Amino acid sequence: MGMTMTQKILAAHAGLDSVKAGQLIECDLDIVMGNDVTTPVAIKEFEKAGIQKVFDQNKVVIVPDHFTPNKDIQSATHSKMVREFAHKHGIVHYYEVGRMGIEHCLLPEKGIVTAGDVVVGADSHTCTYGALGAFSTGVGSTDMACGMALGKLWFKVPSAIRFVLKGKMPKHVSGKDLILHIIGMIGVDGALYQSMEFTGEGVSNLTMDDRFTVCNMAIEAGGKNGIFPVDEKTLEYLKEHSEKPYHVFEADPDAEYAATYEIDLSELKPVVAFPHLPENAHYVDEIEKIKIDQVVIGSCTNGRISDLRAAAEILKGRKIAEWVRCIVLPGTQAIYLQAVKEGLAEIFVEAGAAFSTPTCGPCLGGHMGILAAGERAVSTTNRNFVGRMGHVDSEVYLASPAVAAASAVTGYITNPADLEKEEA
Amino acid sequence: MVQGKVFKYGDNVDTDVIIPARYLNVSEAAHLAAHCMEDIDQDFVKKVKEGDIIVANKNFGCGSSREHAPIAIKASGVSCVIAASFARIFYRNSINIGLPIIECPQAAEEISAGDEVRVDFSTGVITDVTTGKTYQAQPFPESIQNIIDAGGLMKMVAARLKA
Repeated sequence: MGMTMTQKILAAHAGLDSVKAGQLIECDLDIVMGNDVTTPVAIKEFEKAGIQKVFDQNKVVIVPDHFTPNKDIQSATHSKMVREFAHKHGIVHYYEVGRMGIEHCLLPEKGIVTAGDVVVGADSHTCTYGALGAFSTGVGSTDMACGMALGKLWFKVPSAIRFVLKGKMPKHVSGKDLILHIIGMIGVDGALYQSMEFTGEGVSNLTMDDRFTVCNMAIEAGGKNGIFPVDEKTLEYLKEHSEKPYHVFEADPDAEYAATYEIDLSELKPVVAFPHLPENAHYVDEIEKIKIDQVVIGSCTNGRISDLRAAAEILKGRKIAEWVRCIVLPGTQAIYLQAVKEGLAEIFVEAGAAFSTPTCGPCLGGHMGILAAGERAVSTTNRNFVGRMGHVDSEVYLASPAVAAASAVTGYITNPADLEKEEA
Repeated sequence: MVQGKVFKYGDNVDTDVIIPARYLNVSEAAHLAAHCMEDIDQDFVKKVKEGDIIVANKNFGCGSSREHAPIAIKASGVSCVIAASFARIFYRNSINIGLPIIECPQAAEEISAGDEVRVDFSTGVITDVTTGKTYQAQPFPESIQNIIDAGGLMKMVAARLKA
């Protein structure tokens, strides 16, 4: 029986000719990553076990991005601990405030991850790099410590769900709408312990940024990883960003899938996920009028340049509604600079939005945009759990940058197409 | 073998409610335990006693990879989490740090809050002492049982690096 794309990558990194779903294997790791929240716990485990050095200074990546620039004394203490560890062990890929970015925007941009890699990160959204044709998955701090020590980790080989994409997405519809649609369809545990493999002729119509967004939220369906085949767009991206040697893996034609879904991209419409689960997906066209207090545009899900362009296209020449705070957070310093050069930063500020340094901050209710009781946000982030962005009685609605920007203008959850119609 | 009183929760208990991110600026276990389950059950911290058991439905521990979640539960004194299913990162984290977890959909459905429950890890038998019903959970695969027996993943790693 054939193997899925994920299974082939895992087999190659386990030194095996073939693997099958359910098998427990040990794989060599190409990258082990952590942030300022998860790395301190990993360091404690690493040091408690008496380990003297990391397996490879080039393959351990540390990005303090959650509570940075440090929000308080405790988070500054964690960042200091992480910084000293990185220095002591000669970690090559350590990124300080001013040079950093949100980890899952930064690693592909810096070319640290490439096609065919096996990557683990002590952050659940590490599944983002599947967009590059890598096997990439989130783990906890102890797994990170093990990975830093050995350069190896155990995995249970996953079965896969296949999503066959066809057609092309209409205007104002993006990767975020696609993945929210999928999570709405299969549920927040619809892909539990499984791979989500995206395939079909429609893949070529998705930009790399769309693919990052889709893979980023595989975890919100319970998925172990999300993965796209490597095509011309992937190779173009890798050529621009990475000098690492890459390996292209393809699913066998006779690979077995636990389920197959066909999705016509041309039929997608803007989607919003209601509190308090990402599976509560609704078409924006079919909802009641919902008044909002805050809009967040950014995060590892939607903080890339095309996301900012989509938001700026809508905000250009318009104003944020009087009662709304709109916060725009570019994913990395390079994206920040690009947004300044392209005039996007000016559009955001002219519209009355805050334009911030990269941070995970508001997405996880850390800092830079916490919600009070009774407040509602439209956010391009990835989770709308109870209390995710602040008070337990606040609400988060997940949407694309285009929907978020249109909603910021009207003060209600809005389809961007309607905004244009109203003004015509 | 462990025995304790049951705290019962529903589907998709996420790591944000197990330990909200506003407390992640400190990583000490006792600090985390002081806020465990705060956003889903404010009484949990006041009522939980050493040995108590959490029973929940499907996809327990979904969301963030924060190991602070199983650390908080373990440091609260909870002796075991029984669920219909676990989110995979939470599952790994629990095994790695030595928080006993057991998947058993039938037990998860039938056991009620406040019941006295006993879990025998060697046989996988869950007994609801209050109702008298027993449930058989699947044992762990050998390689995962080895991590548990070693006292956690890093004990195994340290032994391996010394060998």
